[in-house]
Amino acid sequence: MTIVKTPVDLAGRIGRILSEHEAVEGACLVVLQAIQREFGYVPAGALEPVARALNLSHADVYGVLTFYHDLRRAPPARHVVRVCQSEACQAMGSRSLTEQLSRRFDIGLGETTADGATTLEAVYCLGNCALSPAVTVDGALYGRATEFLVLERLGAAE
Amino acid sequence: MKSETFFVSSDSASVSVGADDLVRAITAEAARRGIEPRIVRTGSRGLYFLEPMFELETQEGRFGFQPEGTMAECVTEMFDIGVEARTCLGLMDDLPWLHKQERLTFERCGIVDPRSINDYRFHGGFLGLERALGMAPEDIVAAVTESGLRGRGGAGFPAGVKWSTVRGAPGDVKYVCCNADEGDSGTFADRMLMEGDPFLLIEGMIIAGLAVGAGKGFIYIRSEYPAAIQMMRQAIETARIAGWLGGDIRESGKAFDIEIREGAGAYVCGEETAMLESLEGKRGMVRAKPPLPALEGLFGRPTVVNNVLTLAAVPMIVARGAAFYRNYGMGHSRGTQPFQLAGCIRNGGLVEKAFGTTLRTLIEDFGGGTATGRPLKAVQVGGPLGGYIPEHLLDLPADYEALAEAGFMLGHGGLVVFDDRADMLEQARFAMEFCAIESCGKCTPCRLGAQRGVEVIDRVAAGVEPAKNLALLDDLCTLMKDGSLCALGGLTPMPVRTALYHFPGDFERAAAQGDIRWA
Ligand code: SF4
Ligand code: FES
Repeated sequence: MTIVKTPVDLAGRIGRILSEHEAVEGACLVVLQAIQREFGYVPAGALEPVARALNLSHADVYGVLTFYHDLRRAPPARHVVRVCQSEACQAMGSRSLTEQLSRRFDIGLGETTADGATTLEAVYCLGNCALSPAVTVDGALYGRATEFLVLERLGAAE
Repeated sequence: MKSETFFVSSDSASVSVGADDLVRAITAEAARRGIEPRIVRTGSRGLYFLEPMFELETQEGRFGFQPEGTMAECVTEMFDIGVEARTCLGLMDDLPWLHKQERLTFERCGIVDPRSINDYRFHGGFLGLERALGMAPEDIVAAVTESGLRGRGGAGFPAGVKWSTVRGAPGDVKYVCCNADEGDSGTFADRMLMEGDPFLLIEGMIIAGLAVGAGKGFIYIRSEYPAAIQMMRQAIETARIAGWLGGDIRESGKAFDIEIREGAGAYVCGEETAMLESLEGKRGMVRAKPPLPALEGLFGRPTVVNNVLTLAAVPMIVARGAAFYRNYGMGHSRGTQPFQLAGCIRNGGLVEKAFGTTLRTLIEDFGGGTATGRPLKAVQVGGPLGGYIPEHLLDLPADYEALAEAGFMLGHGGLVVFDDRADMLEQARFAMEFCAIESCGKCTPCRLGAQRGVEVIDRVAAGVEPAKNLALLDDLCTLMKDGSLCALGGLTPMPVRTALYHFPGDFERAAAQGDIRWA
């Protein structure tokens, strides 16, 4: 089990984000996205102040947090590799690319390596379907991807 | 060589295979020669199979270069002998791939600097809006209706009808929502347009606002497109400063503003009502219709919901007239469609053609066949909910009616090619799996049915009572089709059934071998 530490000065930073979004209509998702940008994930302690400020129930906010694939409830690994699993990439071998990376890192999709350094994630289309298979490494997009390319990019990031 | 102008795409797909490295190579070689080159970062021409590439401006026009081997070698040779270089592709405008297209929506993409509003104006931008500012709103709606423009998001609903409903709806607060949640595999036209010609979308949205009486617009862009989000944000800011957007557009007394909202990785938010829920900050759960969004949409107000390509077609219709646009296409499919060639195809990219061209023309003439040179097995048209079309049906015209009649759909115009190594049982299974992952959970046929679908296909693959399980799968498909609230559950049977119907061999083989890969 991962132990998620409460970020420093949670209340102050959340308060600032909330006040920056006062004028936004239907702000819940936008605020959660801003919190994730700030902390890298949405800390559990953020739910109560967000619910209070937006006049929603705790359950409403929790419902939004758990609906969207992008929103995380724990910090991500230092490096995130996302491999497109959609059809155009499948047609160019994304399934075997995923298997190679899984074997290399000894993890499945959605898991993090034992040293906590790298997370492997599925993504469904990056809009790079003409240059498939497509991946992102720490947010940067690559086309015509291979296992070698991913490892090289990760090496460059170290 | 005197100071030269180069064009290199800054489109994220071009950059994903090295366009930025190419800029560095040009800059470095020029510096060695004591030259300061002018490098314009354009959007993409849609010739992704040639990327990374660059263009050199000459008196005759722009010549393309496609580096083979190292970029440095190619750049050196180009500086030495110019268009005589081996890597020169010739004049861009003469490339058959571009030459044979009918580019209306994408006429500027890859040519102009997407960050420059002056470049946009210089190339015919804002002519439609200028006209629209002087028109009665009902005349704008009439022009869009007459043009025959249909929603490019998939269902193909006539845009003019939708606009006129919103226009006639009671209430002073109305919205225009641009659905830029293009999540279908094999599609990238929205992304290309937003990255390569962002002011066009802005112009289209303002015209929509003027036509229906809306003062505010939202663009809901998927988070998988960070470069498009950034480009649109920048373009909105620029347009505001230049007075094309905001409280008093070009001193006309008319107001319209646009806000960008980012998606959060949920495919179902491409469904218009789920997108509205998401824009309201809630879970992206599909709403039952009626009420139509045109009457009760965002925050309960009358709302135009259109896709990127629909809105981007509007400025041209207003600027050049409805008849101009109508003259392209056939039957009830008017105008042009940006087709996207993807997957296992030699020349992947964007081809804008009038409706009526055949799938074979797109895949063989433009696409050059499969990337591997192996026989083509299937083409999935219309995204993850679209059918798998076998080789012998490629002569179907690529338009709404012809495809629907044959049991397929055009969707967002994406064509994903598979060669003979594809296993259609595996593809059918993926369709169900994808539906299970992305289901919003509101209705049972989709939420549970997709999960059951995966299990039933796994049983077929394992050789467990295959005939019985295939009958069960068929029954499940009927239930999902008839009982689902939205297209996600309702259309997932299409890829499954077309895989089964056109490629029964893959299912029989797996069943006979009792292949238990997923057991
Ligand atoms: S079909 Fe699926 S995605 Fe659509 S409303 Fe029903 S559960 Fe939601
Ligand atoms: S299918 Fe992988 S990028 Fe579109």
